[in-house]
Amino acid sequence: MKFAPFDYVRARSLAEVFDLIEQADSDARVLAGGQSLLATLALRLSEPSVLIDIGGLKELRFIEESGEAIHIGALTRHCELESSTLVAVRLPLISQAMPHVAHPAIRNRGTIGGSLSLADPAAELPACMLALDATLILASRSGERRVPADEFFKGFYQTDIRPGELLVRVEITPKDAAWRFHFAEFSRRRGDYAMAGLAAAGRRAADRIEQLRLVFLGCGDRPVRARAAEIVGVRSQLQQGGERYSALRKALEQDLDPQSDPHASSATRLHLAAVLADRALAFLTA
Amino acid sequence: MDNLPLKTLKGARMVTVAMTVNGKNITRKVEARMHLTDFLRIELDLTGSHLGCEHGVCGACTVRVDGDIVRGCLVLAAQLDGSRVETIEGITESGEIADLQEAFVRRNALQCGYCTPGMLMCAAELLKTRPTTDRNEIRDFISGNYCRCTGYHAIVDAISQTVEARRSARD
Repeated sequence: MKFAPFDYVRARSLAEVFDLIEQADSDARVLAGGQSLLATLALRLSEPSVLIDIGGLKELRFIEESGEAIHIGALTRHCELESSTLVAVRLPLISQAMPHVAHPAIRNRGTIGGSLSLADPAAELPACMLALDATLILASRSGERRVPADEFFKGFYQTDIRPGELLVRVEITPKDAAWRFHFAEFSRRRGDYAMAGLAAAGRRAADRIEQLRLVFLGCGDRPVRARAAEIVGVRSQLQQGGERYSALRKALEQDLDPQSDPHASSATRLHLAAVLADRALAFLTA
Repeated sequence: MDNLPLKTLKGARMVTVAMTVNGKNITRKVEARMHLTDFLRIELDLTGSHLGCEHGVCGACTVRVDGDIVRGCLVLAAQLDGSRVETIEGITESGEIADLQEAFVRRNALQCGYCTPGMLMCAAELLKTRPTTDRNEIRDFISGNYCRCTGYHAIVDAISQTVEARRSARD
């Protein structure tokens, strides 16, 4: 339906954003690409009094390598991550995940900062941030604060962003060449929210995986690192088919507590999560 | 004046925007909450872009902004000051997708036609960005425009035929 009326203001600099956030009512919202925020307005789940549009701040739109890390500005669009050679070479997990993020018309405007700030538990990028040990940089008038991804996501649409702060960029130090990555998800059709998804990373030594990272999306109130399944996965990696699946499924019962909804029951999500973990191991050990 | 200068750091309920739509310069003062599709349909009488779900799911409102397709219902007109917008009317008139439209007609690639403008905008982007695409990729790419009638085989046929025709024209 139509959005409820609101005021609109376009920020022309980061300093101005902080002024605006400070002066605005508590129900003001920052508008980046708008691909999630405007949908919540259309559903009348949200009726902010004012939208602070930061979309014109070119200084927040970049992907660059400097020092050890890849730096990604908050206003970098999904389509830019998807087509970036730097991302494909240095952060292949993100490249693999991008085609699963909604649809091309939405990826053309949606931003990484918007997606991470919203913290939808079924979104792909939050899970990738956890799997890659990303650091999220929150700026405010008093300076910058660095938050590791595993402390940033606090719950269903909840993050560590404090009043007066704005997510401005993400830093990711690429893992060494022994790491392999695998992203997959199950959804009813391409681009729909995943019933279950997995961002996986494994460090190879000879023909075995010696370290494993499994981060699930759509299986909890935030992206969830499955530590029990990681241990079981390393131990059972050479088992065949059914046995490995059963071991992973059992471990995932400790790690995940997926909710039932009209798209899939809790048991179905656990099953899908185990299938994803099993396939990820097959891929990472191949 | 209700369109406050932005340096007062206050938001405004009404916003003046200037953009080009199908090559024409347009300036309008509109409600901040007006999305692009209503702007096109109500302010400019360009009714080719349709509103289906009006929350970003159905794709019937697909148009181009600065050369790339977007959901018209998920963009505010206010965000598009200085932008270049192209609609189904514009790319029909330019002849850019005449072959695609002809293929849709030939394959009967529509039933009620409500999703068709969005389908064409989406398919046009696919043809532009992935000129050697295959049927699987076509299905993935148009998944954001799936509608009610389930008549996608004919739509995939029409797009796929256009891919082939353009490819042989290039060779």
